[in-house]
Amino acid sequence: MLAWTIYLSFAGALIEVLMPKGKAMLARCLALAVALAGLAIAVSGFIHGMGHGREAVVLVDLPWVPSMGIHYLLAADGISRVLVLLTGLAAVAGVLFSWNIELRTNEFFAFFLALIGGVYGVFLSFDLFLLFVFYEIAIVPKYFLIAIWGSTRREYAAMKLALYSFVGSAMVLIGLLAAYAASGSHSTGLVALGHANLPVSSQMWLFPLVFVGFGILAGMWPFHTWAPTGHVAAPTAASMLLAGVVMKLGAYGCLRVAIGLFPHGLDPWGFSIIGVGSWRDVFAILAVVGIVYGALVALAQTDFKFVIGYSSVSHMGFVLLGLVTLNQIGVTGAVLQMFSHGIIAGLLFAIVGRIVYERTHTRQLAELEGMHLSRRIPFAAWAFVIAGIASMGLPGFSGFVAEFQVIVGAWIAKPWWTLAAGLGIVVGVAYTWRAMQKAFFSDAPQTAHGLEQEHKHPFAAITWPEITGTVLLASVSLVVGLYPKILLDTIEPAVAALLAGGGR
Amino acid sequence: MNYTDLFRVTLPETVLEIAALLVLVVDLGLLRKAALKVRLAVAAALGVGGCCVALWALALSAGAGFGVSGELPMLYQSRFAMEAQAGILILTALTLLLLFDSIFTKHIGEFVAVVLMAAAGGLLISAAQDLLVIFIGLELLSLGLYILTAFAKTSGKSAEAAMKYYLFGGMSAAFLLFGFSYFYGLSGSTNLLQIQWSIAQSGASPLLYLAWILVVAGLGFKVAAVPFHLWAPDAYEGAPAPAAAFIASVSKVASFALLITISLNWLVHNGPISGDRTAIEHALNQYYQTWPHLASILLVIAAASMIVGNLAALAQVSVRRLLAYSAIAHAGYILLGIATQRAYTGPETAFEFVLATNAPTHRTLAAVLYYVLTYGLTTVGAFGVIAVVERATGSDRLDSFLGLHKRNPVLAGILLVLFLSLAGIPPLVGFWAKFNLFAAVLGEHAGTVPFALVCLAIAMSAVSLYYYLQVLKRAYVMPAVDESPIKVHPVVLAVLVAIAAAVLLLGIFPTLLGKWIEGF
Repeated sequence: MLAWTIYLSFAGALIEVLMPKGKAMLARCLALAVALAGLAIAVSGFIHGMGHGREAVVLVDLPWVPSMGIHYLLAADGISRVLVLLTGLAAVAGVLFSWNIELRTNEFFAFFLALIGGVYGVFLSFDLFLLFVFYEIAIVPKYFLIAIWGSTRREYAAMKLALYSFVGSAMVLIGLLAAYAASGSHSTGLVALGHANLPVSSQMWLFPLVFVGFGILAGMWPFHTWAPTGHVAAPTAASMLLAGVVMKLGAYGCLRVAIGLFPHGLDPWGFSIIGVGSWRDVFAILAVVGIVYGALVALAQTDFKFVIGYSSVSHMGFVLLGLVTLNQIGVTGAVLQMFSHGIIAGLLFAIVGRIVYERTHTRQLAELEGMHLSRRIPFAAWAFVIAGIASMGLPGFSGFVAEFQVIVGAWIAKPWWTLAAGLGIVVGVAYTWRAMQKAFFSDAPQTAHGLEQEHKHPFAAITWPEITGTVLLASVSLVVGLYPKILLDTIEPAVAALLAGGGR
Repeated sequence: MNYTDLFRVTLPETVLEIAALLVLVVDLGLLRKAALKVRLAVAAALGVGGCCVALWALALSAGAGFGVSGELPMLYQSRFAMEAQAGILILTALTLLLLFDSIFTKHIGEFVAVVLMAAAGGLLISAAQDLLVIFIGLELLSLGLYILTAFAKTSGKSAEAAMKYYLFGGMSAAFLLFGFSYFYGLSGSTNLLQIQWSIAQSGASPLLYLAWILVVAGLGFKVAAVPFHLWAPDAYEGAPAPAAAFIASVSKVASFALLITISLNWLVHNGPISGDRTAIEHALNQYYQTWPHLASILLVIAAASMIVGNLAALAQVSVRRLLAYSAIAHAGYILLGIATQRAYTGPETAFEFVLATNAPTHRTLAAVLYYVLTYGLTTVGAFGVIAVVERATGSDRLDSFLGLHKRNPVLAGILLVLFLSLAGIPPLVGFWAKFNLFAAVLGEHAGTVPFALVCLAIAMSAVSLYYYLQVLKRAYVMPAVDESPIKVHPVVLAVLVAIAAAVLLLGIFPTLLGKWIEGF
């Protein structure tokens, strides 16, 4: 059943392309229907998989290229189910927050749905070749979404994103080909490759290659520079998807492919340079630097959307850090953080890029300061307070549970990682607070002219898609924060199986 | 000498030549007063009909060989040759169909006739086993191409391109012939199999490598590999669009088929090996010792083509030149495949190796053939789109693609599919072709050099996305200057849609074509 999320999205994209131009409302409703159907399937798949996330349930298994052992193999374990659920939520929220797209509406939703279809495909593929195909399918729609409907330096940002993604996937392709050849060219199935017992020496170089290849898309420092520019240039829905699910594709690839297939790549080298004795240490350092660096840079931004863009780099650092802890709690935290950040970043981008920007037409914090937004659009202000609190990692929201687990995992692995990551959290509070205060709650003196302007041009009322989308995302974050077991029960066994399958 | 055999083996070529003459008679004789449109439709239809009949004739000639009284065959319709020939015929037919509605010349009949004759030359070199036949076939193809390039008589660019192409081509033919003469001097025979057999017996000599370098230079020119690529951008830019499509696809397929034939380990494939086993083994060992040297020549050229082609394409403003440099890059990938076909390296004895590789599949070459054929198909489509855009805007500059998605959404969609396929984005056929080729190379060779070259190829195809996106960016993203719709002739549109659909379908179901090819 879950496989239909992919087919529905691609079919929806095809219908949107063929749809006559100028029927914007029809295009929107169709996209919403497709996204909702995908979400419904994702939810039912999630509920269905509750309690037995450990084993990967095969959904479809057809020989695709029999002579090369390539299968069209879709399956779902706990991790897949949770991320498919995230994709469904992000898709629905994304459609809701792009309700006001008037330019080439049907094409917009065609690219949007094609991207969603590719993302669903990646999360459900258990054949490396198939996973790669879906991974690359997702690149092209991203480019066009940003280049056509974006803002600030959109063509530059779109090209940068496309090339970064493509270079990353080229590295993955090399890894895929090398692993396939080294295992005797029998199969590209993840399970088969995992059992191929690749020699430790080849795992040693395949692991970093593939980890970095996927890590580029996960915003790994220092390959993160596409992320802020891409997020800022993208239209709201695309920023939500980029931060919400596309960056998770990278993190998911790091977990499922790099760690899952080349576990010995994480083994110690046997020597150490200034305390760095394995790829694990290297990537942990990169992750920690990403956490702190992203947070510090976010603190210095003058553009509201850049604050959120860099915060994504920081939060994705937690995901990567969680992955390389290689212990149950850390990796579980990483997966939960993928989900949590997908929801929260989506919400933040929606508020900044859509609700606020559509009314103020500026994202400069300095200009927003004089607008008294907490009075004029209280909905946005309070939504941002909730999202900001969730993003800071305050208890009660999903971010807290996830980052807490990552930090505990990091403590078990190497205590000093925790220290640096903790610093990132502190700075995280600072930049969120600063942005919140400047954008919404500043006490800049009110001028007579400003008041007159306010009366002459009142902001448009909050529309129903905005309310629905905000409530949807905020409540999901709250539910997961209050009752994390709902996801953890599904994630934990799958993570345990993955870590055990790595021969550890 | 058996004339029935000769007739059978050259049946497809004969059909094409008859079709060419028929086109001339009908166009120059019967339709002198008719309107240009009618003449064009009739000539193209006759040409396509000729290709279809030739395809049928091809099926009849399966497995036929022709040799002078018990000698080794001069022409041999092996499975591989027939697959290449079928590709040539289909691509020729597509080129002719795209001819509809083109206005570069009034001499339609002659154009179609020359196309068909050049295609016959292509068929000939795909099946040739003899140096003389190869040379004749190659000249038949090349002379046709020079004429086709010069066909837009009112265009100075076309004449310039043809002149350059002709001069470079003449020089390369001289190199090739010089190399052939050394082969003959070394072995006393013009038959490929005999030449290889005598190399196997006498072992390598410096003269052999010299001959090889000369031949590779000659063929490198045909496939536009660096450093013999200089003609390609000019010819692609100056030739009338259908001629450019023909050069980029049909001529490429035929030339690569020839290169494969010459470089193939023939003893492995077709050699009627008989005699004393130890003697054969010794000879085979001698022969295979020469292979790594020959392969390394090809590898250098392949690497240079990938780098130069992809980097030079980045700077182009003419889409045709862009495609020419991209063709050079693709030639690099293909040469990589040819150079890394499986050669004997041990540890089994050479005899066992021969038996093993005589098995029905030969992965790398099957992958190469897959790549060449699908690349040819994609390029024909790409030139079809360029021709339409060019006629509407008067130029092939990047900027003439501005706003294509508004001016003709279907055409823009086709362009999107074809260019993304060239860039190697799944699920289009270009991705599968690349994956299949690289997987085959790594599967057959465990060494560092092939792996490094595959890495280079993949890195370079990441570069290539940039320039393909430059075209697509203009078609989809940047604002249009002129929004008047572009009209496309229904036949041309149907053919282009069919090509795009094939590119998509073959990408999703790669086994459709793969199964057919794998048998050779």
